[in-house]
Amino acid sequence: MNDSSKLTLYKTIINRVEEITPDVFVLSFSRTEEFSPGQMLAVALQPKDQARLYSIASGNKENDYRILFNIQHQGYLTPRLSKVNVGDELYVSKPFGSFYGTLMADCWIAAGTGIAPFISMMESGLGEQKKLIHGGRAENSFYYAELFESKLKENYIRCSSLQTGEHYYHGRITAFLKQSNELSTKRNYYICGSSEFVVDVRDILIEKGVPYTQIIAEIYF
Amino acid sequence: MEKENLFGKTLSELQEIVYELGFQKYVAKQLTDWMYKKRVASFDLMLNLSKSLRLSLQEKYELHFTNYSNVQESVDGTKKYLFPVKKYQFIEAAYIPENERATLCVSSQVGCKMGCLFCMTGKQGFQGNLSSGEILNQIFSLPEFEKLTNVVYMGMGEPFDNLDEVLKSIEILTSDYGLAWSPKRITVSTIGILPGMKKYLENTKAHLAVSMHNPFENERKMMMPIENVYHLPKILDEIRQHDFSGQRRVSFEYILFKGVNDQQRHINELARILNGIKCRINLIRFHPIPETPLESSSHETILQFQNALKRKGIVTTIRASRGEDIFAACGLLSTKEMVKKQNEEY
Repeated sequence: MNDSSKLTLYKTIINRVEEITPDVFVLSFSRTEEFSPGQMLAVALQPKDQARLYSIASGNKENDYRILFNIQHQGYLTPRLSKVNVGDELYVSKPFGSFYGTLMADCWIAAGTGIAPFISMMESGLGEQKKLIHGGRAENSFYYAELFESKLKENYIRCSSLQTGEHYYHGRITAFLKQSNELSTKRNYYICGSSEFVVDVRDILIEKGVPYTQIIAEIYF
Repeated sequence: MEKENLFGKTLSELQEIVYELGFQKYVAKQLTDWMYKKRVASFDLMLNLSKSLRLSLQEKYELHFTNYSNVQESVDGTKKYLFPVKKYQFIEAAYIPENERATLCVSSQVGCKMGCLFCMTGKQGFQGNLSSGEILNQIFSLPEFEKLTNVVYMGMGEPFDNLDEVLKSIEILTSDYGLAWSPKRITVSTIGILPGMKKYLENTKAHLAVSMHNPFENERKMMMPIENVYHLPKILDEIRQHDFSGQRRVSFEYILFKGVNDQQRHINELARILNGIKCRINLIRFHPIPETPLESSSHETILQFQNALKRKGIVTTIRASRGEDIFAACGLLSTKEMVKKQNEEY
């Protein structure tokens, strides 16, 4: 485990900036540390800035770290991050956290950019036997859909209140979970998203008989 | 345009404000005397300020306290105050008198992002951070203000997720220009936001309380998602870097859940991980919240747990259950009020 207690930031260089959908960006930058899929980084534009935490969204064999973020227009960091260029400096901590992926038949549940740790797990070879339930507004909210579609097939469930079609459940994740009769009480459930999302999903799973000890949550704060 | 409330500004912030208005910085000290020592909420009454300064302040700023909108009183004298913050948003402050002490438990956020399994506040989600003024308003607007001996930041929200405003409020409570309280009258409780805790310990002399609830990382993270981010051993490592041998205290809050964290192995592990830290463990009986899979340990189990820890040399207390008839759980009153107001609107 890396030492996260001091959140010391190290200089790195931005190698790629991509707006994958309006207001949603993928930032790639050089990495020097090993990490476990599911871990996160503290990220800042200046060494003395207050760093924000982002899940790593890249495989653990890749040369670069990737993070996925959407612009919080009232926020400090993301509007600035969206304007960086290749070659600019970025300050990041060592990877830390213990939202680790496993080789078990886990169920992953994410809302929006909460998909990031599961991208890392998938690209690190932890996608076998997994089921992914992802919630988003429209078709372009299902980031890295091709990756999940090709690997998980019918175990990739997209919930959208705007999008309709054979690949989508029309409605929110919470509605999908409430309706579902196939929630195994034997699986582990990994949830990633806002606190409201995590609390709502966790309550539904517990109501459906899933022991709370099988629910592991990562909350964006 | 909405005017900014000056209440809750630190002396240095006020110095900048009056300077920008074209006045000498020293008048900021006169402002703090009126606001924090005399608790005056009108520029017109600040008679030692020049009229031109009062007019300039009035033009750009306002000064007001917000009264509570509801209060519930327990048979044991505990009172739970509800303060409106913004539309549909409410925070709670609990006044707890006990012999010579009178403690106020204040909120630092509207709602909470931390999502702890056993917490009612987490179920209402996160609506926003409180400003320093909104935190202090719970103290200054309290009818029992003059009786207060202690303030604990243990109400709604995670204080170190709103660190800057919490630190500003503590500065005003403890500075000579503010209430000039001893920092020993203040305790801030955290679930373990490590960078914030470090900065708090370095920048104040107030007490620290850590919500532990389980000494095993793998078990703790099932109840408290923060454990996936900042691990308990790192929290304890940081605490070991600070001096708690004098008047400053660190305590660990431990809610006892039946069959979850109340066994001998938990006692053994607590003794092991707290070795070398001068601290107290505060055992708390769980007040069930809606849809929770958790139950409180029995009174007998809590007593046995306390005695076992004491035998291991750890100062262990059981928090007296106060205001049970009105409490149920922190966050319940504000959640009900929020839902009620939303229903009235629609």
